Amino acid sequence: MLFSGLAEKLQDTFQKLKRKGKLTEKDVETALREVRMALLEADVNYKVAKDFTAAVKERAIGAEVIKSLTPGQQVIKVVHEELVRLMGETQSKIAPPSPPPQAVMMVGLQGSGKTTSAAKLAVHLRREGHRPLLVAADIYRPAAIYQLEVLGRETDIPVFSMGKEDPLQIARAAMKKAAQEQNDYIILDTAGRLHIDEALMSELGRLKEGLNPLEILLVVDAMTGQDAVNVAGTFHQQLGLTGVILTKLDGDTRGGAALSVRNVTGCPIKFSGTGEKIDAFEPFHPDRMASRILGMGDVLSLIEKAQQVVDVEKSRLLEQKLQNQSLTLEDFLDQLQQVRQMGPLDELMGMIPGMNKAVKGMKNMAVDEKELVKAEAIVKSMTRQERLQPEIINSSRRRRIAGGSGTTVQDVNRLLKQFGEMKKMLKQFSTMDKSRLKKTKGLFPFK
Amino acid sequence: MLNIFKDGLRRTREALQGRFDQLFTKNEIDEEFFEELEEVLISADVGVETSMKIIAQLQQQLRDARVKETAQAREMLKELLVNIMDGDEPALLSHASSPPTVFLVLGVNGVGKTTTIAKLAYSYRTEGKNVLMAAGDTFRAAAIEQLEEWSKVVGAGIIKHQTGGDPSAVIYDAVSAAVARKTDLVLCDTAGRLHTRANLVEEIKKVYRVIDRALPGAPHEILLVLDATTGQNGIAQAQYFQQAVPLTGIILTKLDGTARGGIVVAVKDITGIPVKLVGLGEKKEDLQRFDPSLFAEALLG
Ligand SMILES: Nc1nc2c(ncn2[C@@H]2O[C@H](COP(=O)(O)OP(=O)(O)OP(=O)(O)O)[C@@H](O)[C@H]2O)c(=O)[nH]1
Ligand SMILES: [Mg+2]
Repeated sequence: MLFSGLAEKLQDTFQKLKRKGKLTEKDVETALREVRMALLEADVNYKVAKDFTAAVKERAIGAEVIKSLTPGQQVIKVVHEELVRLMGETQSKIAPPSPPPQAVMMVGLQGSGKTTSAAKLAVHLRREGHRPLLVAADIYRPAAIYQLEVLGRETDIPVFSMGKEDPLQIARAAMKKAAQEQNDYIILDTAGRLHIDEALMSELGRLKEGLNPLEILLVVDAMTGQDAVNVAGTFHQQLGLTGVILTKLDGDTRGGAALSVRNVTGCPIKFSGTGEKIDAFEPFHPDRMASRILGMGDVLSLIEKAQQVVDVEKSRLLEQKLQNQSLTLEDFLDQLQQVRQMGPLDELMGMIPGMNKAVKGMKNMAVDEKELVKAEAIVKSMTRQERLQPEIINSSRRRRIAGGSGTTVQDVNRLLKQFGEMKKMLKQFSTMDKSRLKKTKGLFPFK
Repeated sequence: MLNIFKDGLRRTREALQGRFDQLFTKNEIDEEFFEELEEVLISADVGVETSMKIIAQLQQQLRDARVKETAQAREMLKELLVNIMDGDEPALLSHASSPPTVFLVLGVNGVGKTTTIAKLAYSYRTEGKNVLMAAGDTFRAAAIEQLEEWSKVVGAGIIKHQTGGDPSAVIYDAVSAAVARKTDLVLCDTAGRLHTRANLVEEIKKVYRVIDRALPGAPHEILLVLDATTGQNGIAQAQYFQQAVPLTGIILTKLDGTARGGIVVAVKDITGIPVKLVGLGEKKEDLQRFDPSLFAEALLG
């Protein structure tokens, strides 16, 4: 499919590369081309994506990635960190209304979601202890004023409207009214307009001059494509935006427009609309947005967890053993223990993108927590000799191990069989194609 | 009739022209040429997959025909785009052999469904047809009132229920009324919904069934409205709606902005749904037929 997980793709790329030994600059470039494709498929602007991958390359080619044991994961991590950095800190705040009342202007293209966002913002501000007044200044779209009035009634937020007067007159009257009624913010719902519509853009300019608003928020549909840079750039140039609200994030869009908009305006993305309900309005999370743009699920948390528990030295040894196929049950136990330290298995599985689908096809996968506990008990009941040389485990030894670990002989047999299969598969590492790789992953989830 | 369309696409053309002129006056077809071509296509929202496909096809054709000059490459590219968008003839709207004809209009939030219905109504009104609007958006605040205002402007009838009512009930009433009155055209508005909403499919299916029950063989067009500023998500929109009902065409709105609407190239390539109409502004007159060759021409400057 179009949006198959980037993380998976990169892992595959690097999995292949690993067998070649050292990572070269060219290998990193190959991977970064995939990153670029993921960004473009997520609607990140062409130029922005290009500049971005160039910046990441510098870091990725540095020692921190190439020398690591898991370069694939490291590249993802660097990309993600850079994305978060580019999207800026969370600043999900509206400036304080001093002295009250202060004006907040909602601007944007037609159909971007200004009216709904205005109402959502009002509800949000009220929750923070403010007294917002909604102002109907979209005098063009049929029933726009009425729409705001309905939303006001539903949310119990006062709405000021004056019919189809000049928006600046409306706004001025609203400020007066707000002062009388002790509203500290007025939220102005303006008509949607094209950024190239000179007449309507200068109307906004006049509004700004006449009102001197505290905030001018650009409302952007998360599904916007490459044009987002033109739109946001022009609005920012002509009005000086103070922030962005990203709407319709409840869909399946990757929302790359967020990065483009942030990039050309430098303004913080303050909130995101995540549904039709009035309280579906959240502070913006750059980190989640970055994962989303890359199509990675929560793989980052997974990598971080792994980094906390995986002993690098041990991993290096294991790496070698995998290569000369001298893996023992002791290593197996080690791996099991590391995995268990990371938390409940099904939770971990859930963090891997596409995993739910994949799990169905993997019968051998030891996702069952109980199975893991059992396996650990079995290996622990073996002597050191047995762990290093499983071949010596005959039927009397099997009975003893089963007894010692509180399992059955069948359980012991199964474990030994699995281990044998895994070793066999490891042997095929060198000639391994993709489908076998998947199977191995199943038996040995974190290698 | 195509004049306004040309005018609307002028900006598209202007926006792209600079790039393509540069691209095609270079005279030499080299690696850089294809890279720039990729940038132009992707920047127009054609998308990675479809852009790559187009470029690969172009490369093949250039090799086969031993073309070395960019001027010829441009013609080939244009032809490729026209071929994807289907032929030289504008895709026409289907009508019932005897009235009423029923159109169902679908799309995600804010793409321009209601406005497009008003524009459609207006264009049929100018041909002297009777038009009935069905206020099937019973969800969004003031959606019914919005359609009602438009119905007055363009001189169309309207059938409406209450906000919060069952959309298929309104639409059933409208189609039944049109059958009784022998109205020429029924235009069914629907609520804008993100295509990922679980019950959307069921609701749209129900509306579709109900129309067929009120008038066997209807709806005669199921039109998906796509906003030209939409990026790659447009593909998912088309696919999800198509899963629910057999879409017969796309209306590409807001082509009067700077967005190039290249997403329809990908949508056509992937789903096969043709673009039939384009929206070029907010006024009742701002609707035109889609012309693939004009569109490709505009894209290529
Ligand atoms: N510039 C421009 N604006 C358009 C065009 N078509 C619609 N609009 C504007 O887009 C906004 C949304 O249009 P609507 O017709 O309300 O969209 P909708 O799909 O019915 O919206 P919902 O019912 O809320 O989902 C309005 O401000 C329209 O005037 C177009 O072709 N060009
Ligand atoms: Mg509507």
